[in-house]
Amino acid sequence: MAVLVIAEHDNAALKAATLNTVTAAAKLGGDIHVLVAGSGCAGAAQAAAQLAGVAVVKVADAAHYADQTAENLAALIVAHKAGYTHILAASTSHGKNTLPRVAALLDVAQISDIVAIEDADTFVRPIYAGNALATVRSGDAVKVVTVRTTAFDAAAQGGQATVENIAAGPDAGVAKLLGRELTKSARPELGAAKIIVSGGRGMGSGENYHKVLEPLADKLGAALGASRAAVDAGFVSNDYQVGQTGKIVAPQLYIAVGISGAIQHLAGMKDSKVIVAINKDPDAPIFQVADYGLVADLFQAVPELTAAL
Amino acid sequence: MKVFVPVKRVVDYNVKVRVKSDGTGVDLANVKMSMNPFDEIAIEEAVRLKEAGVATEVVAISCGTTASQETLRTALAIGADRAVLAETDVELQPLAVAKLIKALVDKEGPQLVILGKQAIDDDANQTGQMLAALLGWPQATFASKVVVANGKATVTREVDGGLETLELTLPAVVTTDLRLNEPRYATLPNIMKAKKKPLDIVKPADLGVDVAPRLTTLKVAEPAKRQAGIKVADVAQLLDKLKNEAKVI
Repeated sequence: MAVLVIAEHDNAALKAATLNTVTAAAKLGGDIHVLVAGSGCAGAAQAAAQLAGVAVVKVADAAHYADQTAENLAALIVAHKAGYTHILAASTSHGKNTLPRVAALLDVAQISDIVAIEDADTFVRPIYAGNALATVRSGDAVKVVTVRTTAFDAAAQGGQATVENIAAGPDAGVAKLLGRELTKSARPELGAAKIIVSGGRGMGSGENYHKVLEPLADKLGAALGASRAAVDAGFVSNDYQVGQTGKIVAPQLYIAVGISGAIQHLAGMKDSKVIVAINKDPDAPIFQVADYGLVADLFQAVPELTAAL
Repeated sequence: MKVFVPVKRVVDYNVKVRVKSDGTGVDLANVKMSMNPFDEIAIEEAVRLKEAGVATEVVAISCGTTASQETLRTALAIGADRAVLAETDVELQPLAVAKLIKALVDKEGPQLVILGKQAIDDDANQTGQMLAALLGWPQATFASKVVVANGKATVTREVDGGLETLELTLPAVVTTDLRLNEPRYATLPNIMKAKKKPLDIVKPADLGVDVAPRLTTLKVAEPAKRQAGIKVADVAQLLDKLKNEAKVI
């Protein structure tokens, strides 16, 4: 049996989420192959070949994979499905966009966002915003699975996989990328950060959010996150959102500032190792999951904390 | 242009569900049910397209038990013109739902299907993408802005790194994210009017769709509870705990 992992990358390098997905693949047993589809993606392919446990890297290099559209990627994956019992991708916006398309073309179920692998057919996945964990078994011939990256460690370096070029599929030509507005930041990415400082409605404004939280994040080398309320209010852009339908994170330390703790937000961060909550409302639900709660005015407490570090 | 909007009846987003003690699922007895919030956004978007003169008819679709009629009435009250329920008591999984919707699309020929990116009960995030694949249509998931003109849909998507804009050739599937719009409240006159709008019921067998589940749920368990923490008195104590007890900074 062999497992195909769909790499997420920017052509030059792999995204960290792919490393976690390879670890999940290793738990299934069997050979691990990684598919790198891109345009000028030799760098990403080399990086994949160096991951421990990867046997083969399959590279489809063509201009119409530059934009990573689901239509073209899914067709390519399905064309190269032979020999695989499992097809895995990270449960990121990239994986979530592409893999259900693959599953439907193969006429199989997808198992979304798994947090544990019981055996080759049986997986554990959160439902109801993580308030329940379902153990599900698939009877399909091919298991198409997305992996919650926080539930699996990153694969180590030290592999020496064979790199094979494979034929590109046709360009469906029905979806065209017009542009991207990606947040540029020197901070660690949310999904891979060891420390996250996150702000909610209590920040009051975007200006306050940046003025109060950035110095703290700078001192801690932390990523910045936000609750849905803060994103909806326009304090920060959508890619900051932590929660059931935003990013799922599990850093060593999560500092929730001015966040009340709606279940949808808790769903995105409650697996963090240590949770700190700073909120002036002593009854805020965030204190029920916080290891350390500080009932205080964040506009005094956060600068004081920053100064003391 | 006809627009399809599939909607799902789910546990209301304010309800904290409880796992049944026998581990067979979550307790849905006497729990408030509502339209999946992402689907409400989808209906709103379709109705706005109609109000803007882009769409000519908005058809709400649901798949599930007879109780889903209630959810369809909500969609009709927001402004859908008519509704279709693919009725079954079988537990429906995303692939089956995508097949049911595809069968209805094949019958009626809408140019656009708008639906929620995920249902807040099973959190699968699959149906729209599966439907697009089965139809051979392009897709734009996690939409925060949709513009339809000249046979194209220009869709801004919320992706992990920020935003991305795609141009799709219609017909196409769009799945909604939270910031696409703010759904209106259904007014009482519209709720009354909705009761008179047509709601057709079809069976999966009539559509030639096999809806048998592919995944078997072996067990549903409660996740490990976090131990209740402590309240610290001040910033100094917080810092001391983080450094010396938790050792995370």
